Amino acid sequence: MDILYQPMPWYVAGPIIGLTVPVLLILGGKMFGVSANLRHACAACNFGNVEFFNYDWKKAGYWNLTFLIGSVIGGFLGGYVFVNPDPIDLAASTISDLQALGITDFSGFVPNDLISWEALGTPAGLTVLILGGFMVGFGARYAGGCTSGHAISGLSDLQLASLTAVIGFFIGGLLMTYLIYPLIL
Amino acid sequence: MKFFEYLKYLLIGLAFGFVLIKSEVVSWFRIQEMFRFDSIHMYGIIGLAVVVGIISVQIIKRKNIKDNKGNPITIPPKDASQWKRYIIGGSIFGLGWALLGACPGPMFALLGSGITVMVVPILSAIAGTYAYGLLRDSLPH
Repeated sequence: MDILYQPMPWYVAGPIIGLTVPVLLILGGKMFGVSANLRHACAACNFGNVEFFNYDWKKAGYWNLTFLIGSVIGGFLGGYVFVNPDPIDLAASTISDLQALGITDFSGFVPNDLISWEALGTPAGLTVLILGGFMVGFGARYAGGCTSGHAISGLSDLQLASLTAVIGFFIGGLLMTYLIYPLIL
Repeated sequence: MKFFEYLKYLLIGLAFGFVLIKSEVVSWFRIQEMFRFDSIHMYGIIGLAVVVGIISVQIIKRKNIKDNKGNPITIPPKDASQWKRYIIGGSIFGLGWALLGACPGPMFALLGSGITVMVVPILSAIAGTYAYGLLRDSLPH
């Protein structure tokens, strides 16, 4: 039982995540990609009858939304029921860099300084939660996929488009980490 | 049976969410560590996932493996000539990924782990998706 509480090493987690691609292809003929669900959510409401959301989202997306509900349950089991009590074993240089930026809480998956209901009342927390989420949703659909659809599925199929998107992910990520985050914190 | 059809996706999603949490991919700190090039952790996970994915997809294609309904497995190619959407859209995604410290899968796994405030970025991401749908025709692709 103890193993359920332990963090999973990267060399175990990576192959399992990679197997999601053939498992979904073989067991359902489906292409792995999480952010399509955000589009299905828009299609389910579609205020204003936007053309991009005019499709049969139930037919296209029920399987994926079910997958997503499964991920929430998996998160509950892994992060609530069998939660690892120890803080994450981060690189010392990351911790000192983040401390220099003013991060004080290293106890969980996310810093309470930025990601909590209390932080939502601060300018930094509001920016992280609202703007961060918005750009993830906007950018994923603009690029036609997120980390799962491009970095995992697309690269698995050796698609040049996905490699281009992943380069984009890193352009944005590095700009945020080194130039913009120091201004927010 | 419809029920088992969906149960299958629920269980695959459950395994995915569980592994995202246990490997700490969901952690804002791990994403910071990745963009600071301080650890192999995230690169190892994504790299090995891609290696396993490439080998699997090649086997599926070369052996003409069929899906559960007996249909040939086809992966629709993405149009790489639309490089603007991948670079610009990808960069906007990357800005959000580093800012929030979570991409779509982890956002939902974190919600399940009890970090209820993740509802806010999830709704915000749906709003962002909706905004893209509205603006799509006026954006470079």
